[in-house]
Amino acid sequence: MQRDTGVTAVRYSESLEKQYVGFATLPNQVHRKSVKKGFDFTLMVAGESGMGKSTLVNSLFLTDLYKDRKLLNAEERINQTVEIIKHTVDIEEKGVKLKLTIVDTPGFGDAVNNNECWKPITDYIDQQFEQYFRDESGLNRKNIQDNRVHCCLYFIPPFGHGLRPVDVEFMKALHEKVNIIPLIAKADCLTPNEIKKLKDRIREEIDKFGIKVYQFPECDSDEDEEFKQLDKELKECTPFAVIGSNTVVEARGQRVRGRLYPWGIVEVENQSHCDFVKLRNMLIRSHMHDLKDVTCDVHYENYRAQCIQEMTSKLAQDNRMESPIPILPLSTPDVDTEKLIKMKDEELKRMQEMLNKMQQQMHDKEQ
Amino acid sequence: MAATDVDVFSNEEKRNLSLGGHVGFDSLPEQLVSKSVTQGFCFNILCVGETGIGKSTLMNTLFNTMFENEEASHYQNGVYLRPRTYDLQETNVRLKLTIVDTVGFGDQINKEDSYKPIVDYIDTQFENYLQEELKIKRSLFNYHDTRIHICLYFIAPTGHSLKSLDLVTMKKLDSKVNIIPIIAKADTISKSELHKFKIKIMSELVSNGVQIYQFPTDDETVSEINASMNAHLPFAVVGSVEEVKVGNKAVRARQYPWGVVQVENESHCDFVKLREMLIRVNMEDLREQTHARHYELYRRCKLEEMGFKDTDPDSEPFSLQETYEAKRKEFLGDLQRKEEEMRQMFVNKVKETEAELKDKERELHEKFEQLKRMHQEEKKKVEDKRGYLEEEMNAFNKRKAAAETLSLSQPVKKDKDKKKSVNMENQSGVSASSSKVMMAKANVEPLNCQSWWQAIQCCTCLVHNATWRPGGLF
Repeated sequence: MQRDTGVTAVRYSESLEKQYVGFATLPNQVHRKSVKKGFDFTLMVAGESGMGKSTLVNSLFLTDLYKDRKLLNAEERINQTVEIIKHTVDIEEKGVKLKLTIVDTPGFGDAVNNNECWKPITDYIDQQFEQYFRDESGLNRKNIQDNRVHCCLYFIPPFGHGLRPVDVEFMKALHEKVNIIPLIAKADCLTPNEIKKLKDRIREEIDKFGIKVYQFPECDSDEDEEFKQLDKELKECTPFAVIGSNTVVEARGQRVRGRLYPWGIVEVENQSHCDFVKLRNMLIRSHMHDLKDVTCDVHYENYRAQCIQEMTSKLAQDNRMESPIPILPLSTPDVDTEKLIKMKDEELKRMQEMLNKMQQQMHDKEQ
Repeated sequence: MAATDVDVFSNEEKRNLSLGGHVGFDSLPEQLVSKSVTQGFCFNILCVGETGIGKSTLMNTLFNTMFENEEASHYQNGVYLRPRTYDLQETNVRLKLTIVDTVGFGDQINKEDSYKPIVDYIDTQFENYLQEELKIKRSLFNYHDTRIHICLYFIAPTGHSLKSLDLVTMKKLDSKVNIIPIIAKADTISKSELHKFKIKIMSELVSNGVQIYQFPTDDETVSEINASMNAHLPFAVVGSVEEVKVGNKAVRARQYPWGVVQVENESHCDFVKLREMLIRVNMEDLREQTHARHYELYRRCKLEEMGFKDTDPDSEPFSLQETYEAKRKEFLGDLQRKEEEMRQMFVNKVKETEAELKDKERELHEKFEQLKRMHQEEKKKVEDKRGYLEEEMNAFNKRKAAAETLSLSQPVKKDKDKKKSVNMENQSGVSASSSKVMMAKANVEPLNCQSWWQAIQCCTCLVHNATWRPGGLF
């Protein structure tokens, strides 16, 4: 059976089943090696103070990362700048080790004047890319530490009617550097109707402003219907409306993570209360590796290409005449500028000729 | 009454008299009440808070009606105030309610100037009232009082503390208006968190010196309830205009998958407390405070700015009239001075421009003269050239004529002619020189001909007179 790729697929007939080659065990080998190696994941959380970021991270990973945290007063926050704080923990589950890094951004959007408050964040992400780029181009590549940010959870306040200017600006500054997953924070202040309206509004505005949030990969056409249905539901649910909790309460005879109100108990893991479970499944249970892949294959490669372009154009500028080092072919931006220069030169020549002609005419008239 | 008479009376002791029977002036309060009821009341509320925080919903819930409101957008360039006036009636009491909304508050990236439009609006209302008060013909009793009586500041339920913008804005507003801070959308905070949140907010307000409105505790009938309410500030409210069936009643509530938040249930939120305090108990006090404290402060500052004082350097009470006259004179004097200055400036400018123009004129003249001279020179040159040219032409024509006559007199010798003609041609150079000589001769007698034809004719005459043979002149 021939396919377009030119690779012949050999079909094993029934009789040949006994002659088992054995590369079907490859997945198991990959599994074993990866368990031995361990995984790492860097998650960034961004949003205004008081949106429940820390609580959500604690709920997601069922630990308490923020034990002794000091919160600033309103007065101190008037001129606050954005800081970047990293928390690294090693967690293990069924023999699989995960080195989890949470990058926190306290101070984002808290000051009175929030002009360019996302700059420290973009700088941090670029720094990590640069670090990795350097390591990758180095001589000893055995132990490269991957500190690149794989995913950014952005918390949108549920109190408004949609995205605010600061949300739009932040996401536009970061959508080409990191996978952004927008979340509706503190969703227990919205009734189901209101949640639906807000989600539709936010999706509309994301399209309108051309923000590229993380897209779930299409599932394979040969997956079963149930999986496809789940996948579709997942995609229609974005942005996820989440609730987090640091406390365990008693509800319906069970002890669950939740929030206790006089009018009822909100359960974090109840799918009809909020999308926390969907987020957790998506982030940790199914798409964690895909997030890493997209970061490596798309965002990092974009950064790398841009970096190299800048370097070569700078080189080209520095040594125009002699080039002892074989320079890579000039990238398109330079060609464009050369064209522009040529055009301008021609225009100048034309104008010069016209001027000469006019002078000649005048001269003739005088005579 | 003159000022001195009043002084004499106040020094006397006031005596308390006991009445022998019922006079009836205890109906004075009722008279006052019936008068104010006929007049109608007016109340102005300012709602300050982020877009979408629930201001319009709370107003609808408080007054149990649907004020028309469109959803505001997050993308305003600045903060705008939107006042709307409604006429409400309950039993026989009429209320003219004005609700002022802050549109676009908290949406901009740079919020440093967000408080300004609000402060400006409040000041403008005070200014309008002051203007009315200072008028000669004024009608304060049916003046529509637009001064803000109460500012409800909506705090976002983050659970941590005030936002920096909240602090900055409240500090700017606390001396101009009665502020009641409320926690909006309080159904997102659990009871324990709420307790901590309220304490944090109040401590931040106190430590930054923000003076919020305190319910009055001087009147015994309401002091107790007011005092207890003061302890519940800021009120955590939930607003809703939708009705949900709870038990067998339909109450205003919000329906969640995990329960129903009832707006008027005191254990769910402080809405009832807010309504009691704001409308049922202290509305009149709010109006009084606005007039007696905030407006008076504004008025004093404004008048001091204008230069009015209560007492002049000699500690004699100033009369408004005199101060006014003095101010007026000063002002007119200022105006006159300014006018003079402007006139002077104008005159100076005119002189300058005149001088400039004169200079330019002179320059132009010079240029003109120069050009004229150049023109004359050129003309002369041209004339000379023309002269030369004409002489040459004359000479040539003479030669031509001579040649013709010569050829006519010797027609047979064709060869000779040919030769001659050749010779002629050869000698044209010579003849040229001879023509020059001819010209020299011709020049001796100036030709007074008008045109070259006549000149030529004269030359031919000369030619005839002269003896002329090919090869030269003898």
